[in-house]
Amino acid sequence: MMSRYAIDRWSSRVVLAFGVTSFVVLVVIAAFIFRESLPALQEVGLFRILFGTDWYPSNDKFGILTMVVGSIVVTIVSLGIAVPLSLGAAVLLAEVAPPRVRALVRPAVELLVGIPSVVFGLVGMVALAPLIADISGKGSGSSVLAASIVLAVMVLPTITSISEDAIRALPRTYKEGALALGATHWQTIWRVLVPAARRGIMAGAILGTGRAIGETMAMVMVIGNSPIFPTGLFSTARTLTGNIAVEIAAAVGIHQSVLYVTGLVLFVLVMIINSASLLAYKRRAD
Amino acid sequence: MRVSPRTTEKLAFGAIWTSGAIAVLVLLFLIGYVVVRGAPEISPEFLFTPPRGGLGGEGGISSCIVSTLWIVVVTMLLLTPLGLGAAIYMAEYAPENRLIGFIRYSVELLAGVPSIVFGLFGYAVFVTVMSLHFSILSGALTLVCLLLPFLTRTAEEALRAVPRAQREAALALGATKWQVVTRVVVPAAMPGIITGVILCIGRTVSESAPLFVTMGGSSGMPDGIMSPGRTLAVHVFYLAMETNALEKALATGAVLVVLILVTNLLTNWISTRLQARMMGAR
Repeated sequence: MMSRYAIDRWSSRVVLAFGVTSFVVLVVIAAFIFRESLPALQEVGLFRILFGTDWYPSNDKFGILTMVVGSIVVTIVSLGIAVPLSLGAAVLLAEVAPPRVRALVRPAVELLVGIPSVVFGLVGMVALAPLIADISGKGSGSSVLAASIVLAVMVLPTITSISEDAIRALPRTYKEGALALGATHWQTIWRVLVPAARRGIMAGAILGTGRAIGETMAMVMVIGNSPIFPTGLFSTARTLTGNIAVEIAAAVGIHQSVLYVTGLVLFVLVMIINSASLLAYKRRAD
Repeated sequence: MRVSPRTTEKLAFGAIWTSGAIAVLVLLFLIGYVVVRGAPEISPEFLFTPPRGGLGGEGGISSCIVSTLWIVVVTMLLLTPLGLGAAIYMAEYAPENRLIGFIRYSVELLAGVPSIVFGLFGYAVFVTVMSLHFSILSGALTLVCLLLPFLTRTAEEALRAVPRAQREAALALGATKWQVVTRVVVPAAMPGIITGVILCIGRTVSESAPLFVTMGGSSGMPDGIMSPGRTLAVHVFYLAMETNALEKALATGAVLVVLILVTNLLTNWISTRLQARMMGAR
């Protein structure tokens, strides 16, 4: 039987191995996505994939620009809806609402995080899309607008809770100082607290952006999935994530490899966005 | 016209209350809609027969429930020791140097990578290179990679929250570091660790994109970790996109929402319960 000292020595090596697993996974993921992308990068070329506007895999046309634009447009519109709403909800929870209301609303908002994305997509399909079809008078209602609204609801809790935490973390003296100078509660919130918490709010918004770009199944369900440039809010479109999900099962050869390039583009995009969010957080801490 | 500060405040607070109300109403609508429209379809027959396929989406969801259970069990069996081990290293052993800082930073980034990219990775590595094919094991391994950073961070926070004095007391009594970790720190951090595990179960149940790509989506009854399968979340997607059985999709969605609600309540209950017990013991 091993002595407890021997166990102690071995255990520290074992947990070290466990500790670096996540890091190894990250490296392996990056390496594999890159490796699988190589054939397409060599044969089609990054430039023609990234800036090509035609996606006809059967005719060897592998441009993903329409999907890049689709992802970006949906993300921007959804954040346009979600950020003001979340900021309002965050201020409500942090400053305005009595504790009893907060005790009800905060768990409700947090519950939204746990709801499966296919459920958001389904309700978007069944309840929201027909409504949009009535307004626009065409098609099934699957559109950039439907996708953006669904996405806005999905990122709302993330941005709300991070913003609320940012406002709550401010020193009390900020608020007391402003009130003592005769500012109304609202003036204090709008001119002192929100500006002081802006880094945290930014970090929340950026994190929401990352989640929005990465959302897959709900987007496939409500955006219509046609690989064209969106021409307006009622137009259909396709996202980068949706492109992978819809086509990977049937794709072989270069087509499959191009889908890995799509994954690579997403990977890089989200890495940039998340680095920005982490930096915003960090600088706030300094 | 100049608006007085008081009026501005009233208007602004009105807008703020409205946005809070919208957030809550959307949640109520979402859950209410799925449950109210889905509930009439739910019957013992729906729960205990497998889907029969086809455009009408006939049949129930029994095989999807079994697939979901399989994926949760296999994922958690692999994920929990790995996540806890990593958290123990990060909280108790890791030196505070640049290398560890860099690893920490990269793992934070890993947590934000879209789940479909994990799906692509799982497809390349587990399904193809490791020849596990479309299977529950491939899906579970993919989810382990996806959830590992999250569980590690939650468990690490729980471990770090254990007061230093408890570690020092145990060390002073002659315990080795490993004894301190396993017999003092981990038990004390248990509520937080369990909460993290349950949150991971919730995410496993609701995740769809990576499983859609790695599990094969067969609606048959799985008979082991090597057989393909279709979880409830993926089934909702199939029903919505490939059949016109929207009522069945909503019913499946209702089952999912109820599962998530239960998981959430469980998390809250456990964390408050265990927390209270720990406080009482002190």
